[in-house]
Amino acid sequence: MSIATVFEIVLAAVVLGLAIWTIAVPETYSATVGFVAYGLLVALIWVRLDAVDVALTEAAIGGGLGGVLLLGAAARLRNADPTAVETPCKLVRLCAAALSSLIAAALVAAILLLPDPAPTLAPAAVAKAWATGLANPVTNVLMAFRAMDTMLEKVVLLLAIVGVWSLASDPAWGGRPGPRHEADPHGVLAFLARLLPSVGIVVGIYIFWTGADHPGGAFQGGAILASMWLLVVMAGLTDTPPVSSRRLRFILVAGPGLFLVVGIGGLCLGPAFLAYPLALAKPLILGIEVAMILTIAATLGLLLAGAPERSEQR
Amino acid sequence: MSSVTVFGLCAAAAVGLGLYGLITNPQPLRKIIAFNLLGSGVFLLFGIIGRRGAAAGFGNDPVPQALVITGVVVAFSATALAIALLLRLFQTAGSTTLRSGAPTGAGPDPSGD
Repeated sequence: MSIATVFEIVLAAVVLGLAIWTIAVPETYSATVGFVAYGLLVALIWVRLDAVDVALTEAAIGGGLGGVLLLGAAARLRNADPTAVETPCKLVRLCAAALSSLIAAALVAAILLLPDPAPTLAPAAVAKAWATGLANPVTNVLMAFRAMDTMLEKVVLLLAIVGVWSLASDPAWGGRPGPRHEADPHGVLAFLARLLPSVGIVVGIYIFWTGADHPGGAFQGGAILASMWLLVVMAGLTDTPPVSSRRLRFILVAGPGLFLVVGIGGLCLGPAFLAYPLALAKPLILGIEVAMILTIAATLGLLLAGAPERSEQR
Repeated sequence: MSSVTVFGLCAAAAVGLGLYGLITNPQPLRKIIAFNLLGSGVFLLFGIIGRRGAAAGFGNDPVPQALVITGVVVAFSATALAIALLLRLFQTAGSTTLRSGAPTGAGPDPSGD
């Protein structure tokens, strides 16, 4: 057994242990912490699976922003009444355990009996890579070959933010999301919030730019930019914008809007919806990605900030 | 054991654990976490299929990778919406129970179901 195999087995065992901890531990806060650690270690599994683009996304969004979201919710729900009395009876739990084990066993069987040689679309992605001028195959798939998925996903982000904003109470309608954060202006948090964004913004834009040829892209870069903005908000150095702000709403629709315009342009002037003209493929993709990174950063940040809670004046 | 088998077993177990937690845990936040665990297992299964489809100089088929990236972002936005609903439920009802007909903290403005 090579060292790499031993490392993989240990990694899988730790991840599995954290998954069991997340489900079994009685306190909700501990379960949340367990899940955040799980998310970060899963990113390592993605690296071992040679999917660095996914690893970056999983670490930034699944582990990082998702962790902040869940921990924030767990902290706010700490005073919620304990619902231990509602624990389902033994029979229900036994049936659930049987069903879950059955499904897990079926998945294991499916993995062990996968067809050989495995079907793959990698050669097809390479064969057509010249058309876009991008060297990263994942960015090619996201922005050109399966651009429809990416565009619809932007629409999902938009729908999610509309859903979150719709939960505002009447007095806070159109107001600022989340509580006003106060932190010691000479404390560590405020210091980091002044220091880190200058580095984080450069890293975020670099990850976005290098995504054309290397692992990275608009999602990962956008998540880093969003986290920098959230850090500044949490340190109380700035406030979340009121959700009725027109400029903010313009940024939120810029990504899917530009995508849709380019797509309809392809339909009117070219052969199909989202068909890029060959000569303009790279500039068009870059343009869409610039709009997308702004939209992603703003949407992810606002999804974390939550529903509007304060009227505009406060 | 290849990495595909090791991580494949791990992914299948994550799906099973997530499903079990989703059914048996009464607290909504725990259900959300369990559902995310289930989703993470499904994403890993995608990664394993992609890893087996390594070809043309790539260690992992780019198409499932792109699908997973899209999936991670969609899962995050769905989680954010679920948590916003949960916090609003707690704010208006004073409790996070999902039982129908449970006594609530007499919130005058029902959050809807």
